[in-house]
Amino acid sequence: MPKAHVYKRDHINTDEIIPARYLNTDDAVVLAKHCMEDIDEGFMKKISAGDIIVAGDDFGCGSSREHAVWSIQGAKIGAVIAQSYARIFYRNCINCGFYVIELPNAPQVINDGDEIEIDYKAGEINNKTQKKKISFEPLPDFALEIINDGGLLEHIKKKVK
Amino acid sequence: MVKKVKGKIMQMTITEKILARAAGLSSVKPGQLINAKLDRIMCHDVTTPPAISMLKAKDIDTVFDTDKIIVTPDHFQPAKDIQSAQLLKRLDTWAKEKCIKNYYKVGKAGVCHAILPEQGHIKPGHVTIGGDSHTCTYGAFAAFSTGVGSTDLAAGIATGELWFRVPESIKFVLNGKLPFGVYSKDVILEVIRIIGTDGALYKAMEFVGPALKEMTMEARMTITNMAIEAGGKSGIIGFDEITKKYLDEHLKAGDTDYTIYESDAGAKYCQTIEIDCSKLEPMVAFPHLPSNGKKITECAGLAMDQAYIGSCTNGRIEDFRIAAKIMKGKKVKCRTIVVPATPVIWKQCIDEGIAEIFYNAECVFSAPTCGACLGGFMGILAEGERCVSTTNRNFVGRMGHPKSEVYLASPATAAASAIEGKLVDPRNYL
Ligand code: SF4
Repeated sequence: MPKAHVYKRDHINTDEIIPARYLNTDDAVVLAKHCMEDIDEGFMKKISAGDIIVAGDDFGCGSSREHAVWSIQGAKIGAVIAQSYARIFYRNCINCGFYVIELPNAPQVINDGDEIEIDYKAGEINNKTQKKKISFEPLPDFALEIINDGGLLEHIKKKVK
Repeated sequence: MVKKVKGKIMQMTITEKILARAAGLSSVKPGQLINAKLDRIMCHDVTTPPAISMLKAKDIDTVFDTDKIIVTPDHFQPAKDIQSAQLLKRLDTWAKEKCIKNYYKVGKAGVCHAILPEQGHIKPGHVTIGGDSHTCTYGAFAAFSTGVGSTDLAAGIATGELWFRVPESIKFVLNGKLPFGVYSKDVILEVIRIIGTDGALYKAMEFVGPALKEMTMEARMTITNMAIEAGGKSGIIGFDEITKKYLDEHLKAGDTDYTIYESDAGAKYCQTIEIDCSKLEPMVAFPHLPSNGKKITECAGLAMDQAYIGSCTNGRIEDFRIAAKIMKGKKVKCRTIVVPATPVIWKQCIDEGIAEIFYNAECVFSAPTCGACLGGFMGILAEGERCVSTTNRNFVGRMGHPKSEVYLASPATAAASAIEGKLVDPRNYL
């Protein structure tokens, strides 16, 4: 069962998600080794595939580096649930086919270690630990279309071919 | 340019007008999703190689226009290690293979946001994207310009189009006249202090007001450069004589092929913020957010290990002129690294005798690169070290060790602080 890793902080930036010293590669497997390194050194040791990052406002602010999304995807994180996102990061996630959830008070309503199941279609987070269901606003249709196509490039491929 | 919609006059901001034009629509409003034609695309060595690989992997071989893509390595150039050499090579091979006309090879290359305006690639009314968050810089030229990630970049390169959500606009009225020793960097640090690092999330930040009339294009670019540090999608400043003069000097001779858009008097803003610039003081943004601004008078005296003068925020010739004026005849007390943003600026520093002042002051005078601004190379901080820097970000680990600290300031404050080895008020040194 996917576990929540809660960071009770706003403005977790792309330098913390993937420090610039590792930007000399775009290999998601290498990037994943350093995912969240500057905010939580032990991050990669404690997570398992499918786990969820939970944070406050403005998650992913800073650089346009999609490497931040790739490192999270490379680390096999299942989803990010944050109060709000920085614009470029949010857009990059959609373009990479990675689902991000906006949830008011995310770091307050989800506790570190909670077991979480997400129903994307219904827009519902099932917190198994707290035995609580919380609904969220699903992504807009055009974004879902891009995610369902497998990312923006698959989406535009039809156009250029 | 006033558009009439259903008999009513549709009042739009400059940003809305530019986006409407790019989307082929007579009008747009905030929140609307549009598909916009791109006029220019900026490509550098960190985010472009992945974009190229993505296109290859998807078997998409098209480049929408070889004239409208501008390529310059900057972040890790000249290659800082084997891996970055590989990135530079991928960029180089692709740019040559695709016959990209405006490719600034190492030697001509420089910090992207300084190269593009300097070499005449930025025009009023344009829509420009770049694979870099500070692409918002070009808004200083009455243009719409925003940063994107590699996938958007790849899509843009292939199709010359991209989807956008039309942003709401916040109007910042910069009233008054900047006092002696206070610069546009201090203005934008104050703006970010007021609204916070997400105060303009998703929004266009439109700057107007008399204080701008006293600012050169270089100084204005410092302001729009940091729109992203308030979460903004873009920053924009209207066209005037100062814009025109810069364009006349930097566009190809006689090129006046651009459209000037202006905000309508009745355009809607989600917020208006007035700032009396005459009351401002030199500012320093403390770790670890650009919004942690303090007045220099409240924080002078803090010891620094390094000073860094450069970057797309403050690595232009007027920045070095200011720094040199302060450093002339003096020696720095902390490690000081001076990095002109482009080869042209580098040469200007030499021709004007500025480089010699830095040499005599015992600064490192580097070749153009992003270098230490993003913690790449050429001035990385050790554990516990503090750096006063003219860059735009002071996030955890931005310039090196996660336990190092970055203090953002104007070139004047950084130069004066370099001489004293601690934060000082530059007004006592000018
Ligand atoms: S100078 Fe710094 S902020 Fe500007 S583009 Fe380079 S790394 Fe980014």
